[in-house]
Amino acid sequence: MTEPTTQAGPPAPRRKGERPGRTGGNVNRLGDRKKARLEELAQASAGKGGVSLFRDAMRRLRRNPAAIVGATIIALFVLVAIFAPLIAPHDPVQRFDELTSKLAADNIPGPTAGFPLGSDELGRDLLSRLIYGSRQTLFVGVLATLIGLAIGVLLGAIAGAFGGWVDNILMRVTDVMLALPALLLAITLVALASRSSQWTVILAVAIVNVPIFARLLRGSMLAQRESDHVLAARALGVKQRSIVLRHMLPNAMTAVIVQATLTLSVAIIEAASLSFLGLGDPDRDRAEWGAMLGDAGVRYFEVRPELAYYPALAIIVVALGFTLLGEAMREAIDPKNRR
Amino acid sequence: MSLLDVRDLSVVFQRRGEQPFTAVDKVSFTVEPGQTVGLVGESGCGKSVTSLAIMGLLPKRGNKVSGEVLFDGADLLKLRRDDMRDRRGRDIGMIFQDPLSSLNPVIPIGVQVAEVLERHQGRDRKQALREARELLDAVGIPDPDRRLKEYPHQISGGMRQRALIAIALACKPRLLIADEPTTALDVTIQAQILTLLKQLVDETGTALIMITHDLGVVAGLCDTVNVLYGGKVVERARRHELFAQPRHPYTHGLLNSVPRLDSIRGERLHAIRGSVADNIPWGEGCAFAPRCDNVVDACLEGPPPLEPTATGGDLRCNNPVSEEVAVP
Repeated sequence: MTEPTTQAGPPAPRRKGERPGRTGGNVNRLGDRKKARLEELAQASAGKGGVSLFRDAMRRLRRNPAAIVGATIIALFVLVAIFAPLIAPHDPVQRFDELTSKLAADNIPGPTAGFPLGSDELGRDLLSRLIYGSRQTLFVGVLATLIGLAIGVLLGAIAGAFGGWVDNILMRVTDVMLALPALLLAITLVALASRSSQWTVILAVAIVNVPIFARLLRGSMLAQRESDHVLAARALGVKQRSIVLRHMLPNAMTAVIVQATLTLSVAIIEAASLSFLGLGDPDRDRAEWGAMLGDAGVRYFEVRPELAYYPALAIIVVALGFTLLGEAMREAIDPKNRR
Repeated sequence: MSLLDVRDLSVVFQRRGEQPFTAVDKVSFTVEPGQTVGLVGESGCGKSVTSLAIMGLLPKRGNKVSGEVLFDGADLLKLRRDDMRDRRGRDIGMIFQDPLSSLNPVIPIGVQVAEVLERHQGRDRKQALREARELLDAVGIPDPDRRLKEYPHQISGGMRQRALIAIALACKPRLLIADEPTTALDVTIQAQILTLLKQLVDETGTALIMITHDLGVVAGLCDTVNVLYGGKVVERARRHELFAQPRHPYTHGLLNSVPRLDSIRGERLHAIRGSVADNIPWGEGCAFAPRCDNVVDACLEGPPPLEPTATGGDLRCNNPVSEEVAVP
């Protein structure tokens, strides 16, 4: 009972009275350490420089599980495509005697030793063809998206920057293109080409996606044109060219970049659809998921449905990967989600 | 000669199939070198449109600008677009209301300051960035080296406005137009920014047009004040006269509706009746008549003329607040 009183009462004045110097010193030393720490923190953040909106969005992206899943799928897909020759157990084109010997109208060999997924309809290794098929999908999907993006951005930027009749003509053309179902338009475009090849597929898919990019960019360019910072730039006498290229376009591009990720999945599906319909690359040796699904998958579905399941699954998973990442990017870039 | 001589400036917005709307109606005022002139009025009175018209920043279509804007004797409204573009930012700087949206979000602060130096002074990027650093320092941004590399969303509102001031003053313009420069800031920062503006204007000899609805801003800064109502100047006076003896009932009402420290607790704040929507067109009388306490018959018989007052200002009123009535 006596202890609390001694602690509560006398100590405070005693400390004050007996060791004033030391208390003061303590505070000072603590201050020094704190100051040093603050200095350290300030220097650390100074070295980092500015955090751009892009880096800020990346940080938010890393915290989103959907983005991680999507990015993982895409990374695996890209790795498989790049290292296909190392991963694939066999040559995708070669017909193996041990498989062809067992081929019959009502029998396609399933998994056997050395052929984990079994044979395709011509006695080739199904697993190797699936692995090599990723190359074709990646190539066609990425190239078609990039070409569509480039043309769409060019047209959208011109329409948004100039307005007036240029804008009117471009937008009416995109209206017409958007009025047609994408796949139908792509089929028409492929049919227009005299000879089908993977390039006709790439171009058709690219052109189908041009109006989407063009409209999207035009919309954000128009919004940018009315924005305060563009007005402020004009008030500084910044030239029209700089205003469009440095002030409007970079700010308008965010939506387009997100759309490009989503378009990748659409492009992959569209390209596969064209191949499925037999409008793709006529080279039957080249492994392509859509063609695998269309050729063998449909014809031999009752004999061996796996011939359809595996390429279909591959297309779905990859498309899902790009969609997940695209949606996550849209969320991350949306200014409303900024903390 | 005045640095800026605005004569009968009118801006009429005309959209197809709609009644034309006169946003600015024969506004005239002058700005002497080094002088600070206030344009005061409530929302929709034409202050911002006036400033955009002076800068030639109104949209190409949908409006008609008439009158003269003589800058150094040359009519800005008659300049070719390229020539006007060369003058903006170099001869006339401008500061806007919202510092966050007025900065480009994807370009670091330093580059935005440097851009205007590259544009008008032919500096290369490196040299421009060095000068940008000094400018940021001059407008009181701490740690300018670090801020140069940062993006607008990373710095505070007050710092953004300082950065905008640095950009506007980078080329040492002879005229600065500040359109509600403190409205988006909180009160303590407002005071800092106003002090900074005053200091910079004094140091550089730049003339300043201060556009505001805040009479407190005017009180601390402006030499001459133009009170706008419905697109017309209704009262013009030197600062001291305006605050000591507001003659126009509108100015009087504005000053009365400022809360005061010495007012009686619980007393209702004075308000001007109605809103801008009650205006009548100037052609039919005084636009302010429906809201005016001093309205007389003459007010509805035609627009009152702008007439010189005994104290050297101008007044557009048939029945002004008498000179004896001081602000309570």
